[in-house]
Amino acid sequence: MIRGLVAALAAALLAVSAAAAGEESPTLAELEKEVICPTCHTTLALSTSPIAARMRAFITERIAAGDTKSEIKAKLVDEFGEGVLAAPPASGFNLLAWALPIGGALVALLAVGLLAGRWARSRPAAPASAGAGALDPELERRLDEELARFEA
Amino acid sequence: MPGRAKLVFQVAAVAVVALLVALLGWQVVNRNEGRGVADAVAAGRPVEAPAFELPLLDDSGTLSLVSLRGKAVVLNFWASWCEPCKEESPRLEAAWQRWRERGVVVVGIDAQDFRADARRFVERYRLTYPIVHDGDGSSLGRFGVTGFPETWFVDRQGRLVGERIQGPVSDEQLDENIALALGEK
Repeated sequence: MIRGLVAALAAALLAVSAAAAGEESPTLAELEKEVICPTCHTTLALSTSPIAARMRAFITERIAAGDTKSEIKAKLVDEFGEGVLAAPPASGFNLLAWALPIGGALVALLAVGLLAGRWARSRPAAPASAGAGALDPELERRLDEELARFEA
Repeated sequence: MPGRAKLVFQVAAVAVVALLVALLGWQVVNRNEGRGVADAVAAGRPVEAPAFELPLLDDSGTLSLVSLRGKAVVLNFWASWCEPCKEESPRLEAAWQRWRERGVVVVGIDAQDFRADARRFVERYRLTYPIVHDGDGSSLGRFGVTGFPETWFVDRQGRLVGERIQGPVSDEQLDENIALALGEK
């Protein structure tokens, strides 16, 4: 139990430190996946268009100049608008893009839970007189007859 | 589930579906806006040019198409990374010099481009006509622009007339369509 908790904590710390390193020292490969080519509407990593090549050169220049990932993205947004980001920023109206899927999933989970509860309650209860594993008397009588015939 | 709660749930579900259908409709209408304009021009039907107001590349303010009403306008969509744009830009500059005294304005719309690159381009090709910057390319969809360069002509009443020229424009195409936009043909 404690080992599991320590492992989870270590994994979380690693993830946080990796994200921080990505923010402070971004790589072209990372940003290529997070930036959209404005003419072909795919990520830069998948685009071979002239503007994608120019954007890669710009990102390389900015990395060399010591910009953080957020600074590079802000400069690209200033040039090309927010559509240049593969994931919309989680603020303002764009927050909807994050909130709706999460909210939808929560509502769906809630609905499934409610329906499952309703379904479980609506199932007919087992007869109170019959104990667990008890057989119907008629069935028990027939079973005894069959066994007797088999033994004979 | 109590009757009232069930009704609220059903109304909410219908509202969400209606909202999604409305969004889809809005998207379809907006996506086809430029296509409608291009179809009208191809059929020779004068149609009002889609409005825009964009920042000038030299940071001296903004330029709107409406502010040019009363003049014939040559709208040229371009970008500094577009190879054929290099070939045609001197022709646009020459047309601007040739026609400007007669009430013609050449407007360059630099789209999906870095401002610094576009400014270097303007300097290199010594372009003096007004150029606006449309970084996110919002004007492209309204006109149905599919590639660079692309040139359109607007008459004095703000309607698109003449040819929609996809690819580098020639001197002859410029003169012919400008005369049409001025109402001289």
